[in-house]
Amino acid sequence: MSNTLIFPPHIELVSDHACLLTFAESIDEHVAEVIAKVSQALHDCAGIIDIVPSYTTLLVTFDTDHYDRFKILSKIKLLCERIDLNATSQSERRDVVIPVYYAPEVGPDLEDVAKQCSLTVDEVIKQHSETVYRAYAIGFAPGFAFLGNTPEALRLPRKTTPRLKVPRGSVAIAEQQSAVYPSETPGGWHLLGRTPLTLVDWQSDSLALIQVGDRVRFEPISREQFIAQGGQLDGV
Amino acid sequence: MAFNVIKPGMLALVQDLGRHGYQHLGVTTGGAMDEYAFRWGNALLDNDSHAPQIEITFGMFAVEAQAATSIAITGADLGATLNDQYLEPWQTYAIHKGDILAFHQPQVGLRAYLAVKGGFVVDPVLGSVATVMREQLGGLTGVGDKLSKGDVLVFQTSHQHQARHVPRLARPDYLQSQINVVTGYQYQQFSRLDQARFFSSTYTLSQHCDRMGYRLEGQAIGQELSGIISEGITYGAIQVPSDGQPIVLLRDRQTIGGYPKIGCVTNLSGALLSQKKPGDQIHFRAINVAEAEYERHLQLARLQQWR
Repeated sequence: MSNTLIFPPHIELVSDHACLLTFAESIDEHVAEVIAKVSQALHDCAGIIDIVPSYTTLLVTFDTDHYDRFKILSKIKLLCERIDLNATSQSERRDVVIPVYYAPEVGPDLEDVAKQCSLTVDEVIKQHSETVYRAYAIGFAPGFAFLGNTPEALRLPRKTTPRLKVPRGSVAIAEQQSAVYPSETPGGWHLLGRTPLTLVDWQSDSLALIQVGDRVRFEPISREQFIAQGGQLDGV
Repeated sequence: MAFNVIKPGMLALVQDLGRHGYQHLGVTTGGAMDEYAFRWGNALLDNDSHAPQIEITFGMFAVEAQAATSIAITGADLGATLNDQYLEPWQTYAIHKGDILAFHQPQVGLRAYLAVKGGFVVDPVLGSVATVMREQLGGLTGVGDKLSKGDVLVFQTSHQHQARHVPRLARPDYLQSQINVVTGYQYQQFSRLDQARFFSSTYTLSQHCDRMGYRLEGQAIGQELSGIISEGITYGAIQVPSDGQPIVLLRDRQTIGGYPKIGCVTNLSGALLSQKKPGDQIHFRAINVAEAEYERHLQLARLQQWR
């Protein structure tokens, strides 16, 4: 068990309708797993209207119009106490595999990253796709998951000039993080390739492919597979 | 039946009380910037409290009625007129076929709410019609578009008009400059001197004020603080980037962020702030959670009793 974990978490009211649960002072994979568990436990709790899990914290927004804050706070405490940190049920553990076409035509920074890291393009692909990542937080844009940790050999600072348009599905790295762009947005990360998968679909029941706490792996695919799975080559 | 948009103005958006339950996927809440004005609009017409309304920012907005109905105007006084007759906010008005309803420019406040009997008929996305342009969610089209010329704002025809107005006591004073703050988050990390500076100085609203957040200009604080590990941002959170100039985060805020926060503006003060515009001056006052709760419940109780 990690020694950075604070459990039960420290609970602080940050306004009249929200409290912040703090689980650690530093980023840690085990902490992320605990936060995902607590997040799930609070999900169906009456009176709680929004939950924002992040690296070391959980922000809980509650409905003060119909519920008393003291009752909600004691309920949160109680739910936390009831959680068995050692239990890992099959339903809780989510593994997500993301097929990626790693190539300069969809990953315009791939060759540059290889050069800066003194690796070959194949080595970059191997390193990036052989790592199992954890979704630590979602933010920046709907469905944009911050995945850690990118292998040390591939860690580069963000680009000095961000791109105005990063195509949807782009797989990118910056510092110790990796991410897939769920929609076309500006972005300053290094683009390595692209996935044919749709990351967010508000019309479907699943809504977003990656959720906080998920384990994520990238699987290299060929150009033919990418196109067969509906991948688009435009827009870089 | 419907209103036809003749002039879309600067920014007119379909709004409700926000999209809740999706912040864990990075989806912000959106919703009416002035929650209390919005709630009164629906109360005046006996609508459901979430019933969709149009939030008109600044003005230069006009619609033509295709059928009779009853409307309520709340929030800012944008010099609204009905067939060139001035309309005072905070009351209901009967609308007839062919009427031209226009919102010109701010007299007091910045955002007016146009509510219609039964609410505007708009398909929700993720449980809400709230328009969030940045996230391409909500509104008439479902993909976050603001209103444009030729848009059709559908409502149920109603010939039952009831003249009603919000009691004077319950109308907010938009000229008030005091903004209440619950201290929290990284408050203790700010030096005692900066805490004192924050609550004793006057801040001016910068040109960078929108539905996402209001950037202020004035006494810099917390410049020696480094970033924090990104965490959830609640409504009204006051984040302080490295230039020391506070930003109050409002309805369309990002869901997580890594700047230190000195506290949170209360719901009621956030609504007041949303009615202010670049150049206006404010000052902050520290209150505790119980006072913030009292402040909110007093407002809601007035509304409930009146209903």
